[in-house]
Amino acid sequence: MMDPVSLPPLSRIAICGGTHGNEMSGVHLVRELQRQKMEKVGSAALTTVISNPCAIQVCRRYIDKDLNRCFTDAILSSPVTGDTPYEVRRAQELSALLGPKGSVQAMDLVCDLHNSTSNMGLSLITYFNQDPLILHICRHIQRKVTLAPVRLIQLDTPHSDAYSLDSIGKHSFSIEVGPQPHGVIRADIFNIMKEAVDQTLEWVRCFNSGSAFEGAEVDNVYIFVKSVEYPRDPETNHVTAVIHPQLQDRDFCLLRPGDPMFLTFSGDTVKYEGEEVLHPFFVNEGAYYEKNIAFHLGRRITLTIPSLQMKGH
Amino acid sequence: MTSISNVSCFNEARRVAIFGGTHGNEMSGITLVNLWIKNGKEIQRKGVETKPFITNPRAVEKCTRYVDTDLNRAFTTENLSAPSGDDLPYEVKRAQQINEIFGPKGSPDAYDVIFDLHNTTSNMGCTLILESSKDHFNLQMMHYIKKAIAPDSCPVLLTEHPLLKYSTSRSVAKHPIGLEVGPQPQGVLRSNIFESMRVVLKHALDFIELFNEGLEFPPCSVDVFRVWDKMDYPRDTNGNIIAMVHPNLQDCDWEPLNPGDPMFQMFDGTTVRYEGVGTVYPTFINEAAYYEKQQAFVTTRRETLVAGNCFILSLLD
Repeated sequence: MMDPVSLPPLSRIAICGGTHGNEMSGVHLVRELQRQKMEKVGSAALTTVISNPCAIQVCRRYIDKDLNRCFTDAILSSPVTGDTPYEVRRAQELSALLGPKGSVQAMDLVCDLHNSTSNMGLSLITYFNQDPLILHICRHIQRKVTLAPVRLIQLDTPHSDAYSLDSIGKHSFSIEVGPQPHGVIRADIFNIMKEAVDQTLEWVRCFNSGSAFEGAEVDNVYIFVKSVEYPRDPETNHVTAVIHPQLQDRDFCLLRPGDPMFLTFSGDTVKYEGEEVLHPFFVNEGAYYEKNIAFHLGRRITLTIPSLQMKGH
Repeated sequence: MTSISNVSCFNEARRVAIFGGTHGNEMSGITLVNLWIKNGKEIQRKGVETKPFITNPRAVEKCTRYVDTDLNRAFTTENLSAPSGDDLPYEVKRAQQINEIFGPKGSPDAYDVIFDLHNTTSNMGCTLILESSKDHFNLQMMHYIKKAIAPDSCPVLLTEHPLLKYSTSRSVAKHPIGLEVGPQPQGVLRSNIFESMRVVLKHALDFIELFNEGLEFPPCSVDVFRVWDKMDYPRDTNGNIIAMVHPNLQDCDWEPLNPGDPMFQMFDGTTVRYEGVGTVYPTFINEAAYYEKQQAFVTTRRETLVAGNCFILSLLD
């Protein structure tokens, strides 16, 4: 039985969209929140941010550099010169607006909205820091969202090495919804993301009004273990295979030793040769070709979270 | 081509090209053409010179649809006859080069057949694109392909339209055929989509081989979808879209859309309904590349085209 936790109320929260300029659900959801002039969530102030307006303008993931890798302490404190990539300058602006990262003035909660070409349903992505507040939000979303399966993904990076936009906040997570092609807005995917954001804001209202959240077990949690690269020709370095049809669209399934992973262009199957049964996710994400990632593998766990209530209630 | 009543005779289809990468982020065609450039055994047929070709290599390198302008809209008479110069957009220069290699467009020296391989984010399955309702050779080929892949379907989109027809890279050839396979995100290669495209091309090349060997194809009818109109997204005064394709319409390419049916969902949840006069068959529903062309979907009407008896001219000797 874990000790109950009490935390101060959340007074300033931020929802960010368009961190990648071609991930359309977040772009349009944030614009809709701005159109509705949503500035308060119960007692909390809400800031809505269009993170990468230049990339959105040209409907590309980024202009110079992936913005969602620019929030390390090193990049945020690097001096700006004429050669500084657009996204590095933008990351420093966003850190000034929503942070500074790691300071007392930083947003209490930052939620960043993303899409994937992978069939990941609704995935909530956090750093491996066991933040009970974030885990309670995720549990709430899992219990309330009906439009898609909901999973938690925990990165193996500690918060001190965090590189993504959401990590500016004292509490942070990303909402990833797929499958959706980049540059496309699908109503069904938009509706899933909207439901997730609505439930996040509902939880904040409840927490800030003093509701108690009981300790519980959280299932459907996947911890990142490793990435798998595409097979390549050793001489030309060209990719020689495609995600196997039995793995395509089956994010979070069981991948057992001997299961098919890739189909080469000459018709051979490349099988998984690891020893541990793991779960693939981000299977065939379009933006990861340039990072040479075919998919990630994660280990499924169950987390125990303590009961939580607002301090001073 | 000579036509005697409902009989069409053609010169043999000896020079065939397969274009990939007309749009640099449509991965199936790029991958197939690169494979065949390396080893063309799969596309070889008796008596046919089959040339695989990457049409827009700079766009392919950047994995983007185009560099300056859409190559698949660039083959206008104006562009092809423009004086060559460094200040021309990259794709216009490229169109002129392609016209020199595979054309000239409209001349007897042009390639007989060009297959142009495309992907779409729309749920169009394996769609064959026909540019002229009078191209009996193409109609016979499409009839052959449809029969070969049955029970899987292969809709035929007829782009013959006074205003909406555009000047494609394949239009350089005497018999242009577009192959549009989806749904697949831009920049992504899906195994099932890749294999479907490969199978359709196999049947197309088989048809050409049979035709060249003298096989006679009796008259046939082909159901097609003729382009009717295009529908844009509702937009605000700044040109930003304010609605999405409705969930009831999303992925329903080739299915009937009736007056009163849901068409768009506004971001605030309200429904916008189709207010046309009759039933249409939408396609290219929610194609990523068409947001900038002001096109949420294209409407079509069903039609049946008849192709006459088709055989190679040399049989008449």
